[in-house]
Amino acid sequence: MPGTRATEDAAGSAEAPPVRARGLVKRYKEVLAVDHVDLNVQTGDVYGFLGPNGAGKTTTLRMALGLITPTEGVVDLFGRDPMREGAHALEGVAGFVEAPRFYPYLTGQKNLELLAALDGSGAKERIGEVLQIVELTPRAAHRVGGYSHGMRQRLGIAAALLRRPRLLILDEPATGLDPAGMRDMRSLIRRLADEGITVLLSSHQLPEVQELCDRVAIVDRGRVVYEGALADLRRQGGAGYRLRTTDDARALTIAREQRGIEFPAVGEHGLAFQAEEADVGGLSLALGEAGVGILALTPELATLEDLFFRLTDNDGAGDAGPAHAVAAPTADEARLVETP
Amino acid sequence: MSSVSATAASPVRGPAGFKRPATATVYRWELRKLVSQKRTYLGLGLAMILPLIFVVVQSLRTRQDRGGENIFASQITHSGLATPVLMLLFLSVFMLPLIAALVAGDIVAAEDGNGTLKTILTRSVDRGQLFAAKAFAAMTYATIAVFAAAVVATAAGVAAWGFNSVTTYSGTVVSASEGLLLVFASNACYLIPLFAVASLGVLLSTVTRNSAAAVVGTVGITILLFIIGQIPGLEGIRPYLLTEQYENWHGLLRTPTDWAPIAHSAWVSALYAVPALIAGYLVFLRRDVAGG
Repeated sequence: MPGTRATEDAAGSAEAPPVRARGLVKRYKEVLAVDHVDLNVQTGDVYGFLGPNGAGKTTTLRMALGLITPTEGVVDLFGRDPMREGAHALEGVAGFVEAPRFYPYLTGQKNLELLAALDGSGAKERIGEVLQIVELTPRAAHRVGGYSHGMRQRLGIAAALLRRPRLLILDEPATGLDPAGMRDMRSLIRRLADEGITVLLSSHQLPEVQELCDRVAIVDRGRVVYEGALADLRRQGGAGYRLRTTDDARALTIAREQRGIEFPAVGEHGLAFQAEEADVGGLSLALGEAGVGILALTPELATLEDLFFRLTDNDGAGDAGPAHAVAAPTADEARLVETP
Repeated sequence: MSSVSATAASPVRGPAGFKRPATATVYRWELRKLVSQKRTYLGLGLAMILPLIFVVVQSLRTRQDRGGENIFASQITHSGLATPVLMLLFLSVFMLPLIAALVAGDIVAAEDGNGTLKTILTRSVDRGQLFAAKAFAAMTYATIAVFAAAVVATAAGVAAWGFNSVTTYSGTVVSASEGLLLVFASNACYLIPLFAVASLGVLLSTVTRNSAAAVVGTVGITILLFIIGQIPGLEGIRPYLLTEQYENWHGLLRTPTDWAPIAHSAWVSALYAVPALIAGYLVFLRRDVAGG
């Protein structure tokens, strides 16, 4: 909630966006892991960073946190470059890349005490509170070596919260969790976002992104193929309709003759087509005039999964790139990049 | 799996303000990590068990001829203070460098391999602070190992043969209390080259990102230098070999004290330690942390 935003006096710049990446490139010898990635995470975003495994998401997040050096380009967190300013650039920033890692021979409590000591700023006093938030208080005195994967994920969130972050960077936070754990992790992230924490969430779990995120970047083979509002992406990704009539064959003929009705086809569940809303009205009138009764007319937005596979070309559908599959978003900030 | 609370207390949020922790704090936690690992006690155990074995075996021997060329060997049954000197002589060549390498070679690489390096580098600590804390911790461990061996050797030796005066290399008889002081001063002098060994271990730990490779590499370097020191025709470089500095403390056990070998070992050891630490530091500052 914008109204609950934390004060910005500790930030590098009050106006600077939480994450701003320009032309990020990471090359490992012959492998181009990240290819000129631009990211714009705005204050208050729950920003999904989507892509198949190996698309370059984690490498990008590592660069954002200053763990690895970009081959080219720059990434700023609240206007500060982690490569130049080191730990200072991570002020107000927390999270983890890949699975959160802890010292297995220390208890959960001791791990947090260690991290709190490295954070300073009274973080130690918040340990009990963050353990309570992730419901690890009963296991705090146990060694992390005996924790389940889900418990370590939750301890990772607790460790991040110790820093009182304004930006939370989470890399696949629900990976490896059981369905209940996934649901609860999403609830927690949603709640943190509602408290005013900007979230940059890397994931390949589309339902998670669809449920949590308002803006997304979709990355494929190291390149951003879409960045913008999730709603714009879904709207632009082919708003379709499904029509059941008293005579689907005749309706198909009429639809083909109507202006603005695209890709009409008869399937198992009636007639499907794509059209603008105004053109659907024209089709309804034409059907009525022709004596074809409309039993049901339902809009069908493309799912994120549909769009994701179109953009990342992961359905093996051929060489039609994302620019062919999805029209450019209308939102000013939305950006569509041609795949090579 | 118990679930993540979505209804618990309000999440912690809001800026805490940037405050970099003191390097001493990072160092203290490096020590706490060492204390919490079983591996730490392996090296310390080795350092302490060998003097005990030595004393037990010598106590059980019936032959009185324990002489040899070393003056302290001939005094074993006369003064318990001869034992820590002999143990330093024995352990300094291989065992104590190995023990120092066990931790120094592991201290960066293990964290890289376990992924915890990225955990702590996403906090408020700078890489330089972390490297310094790790290097100091490795040296602290080496110090503890050396003095643990010295304490056990002294205690066992005194228990077996008494707290008596001892004759030094120059043939001077010193009192028991002065002898005790010299024993611990000798161990302190030995730390000079041992710190250089630890520095090499930290460098290899940083560069190789592999604990085993770093430990073996460190020990391998010391063995290599030791062998080079034995090759006829290379006498000219022998004074500059790190392994030749292991006996710098002999100067303390002469009357008057011969400071020359100690001073020499200090700058020769620095020739190994300083470049190793600078190189390790620079690598650590620039390296990609992607392990784990």
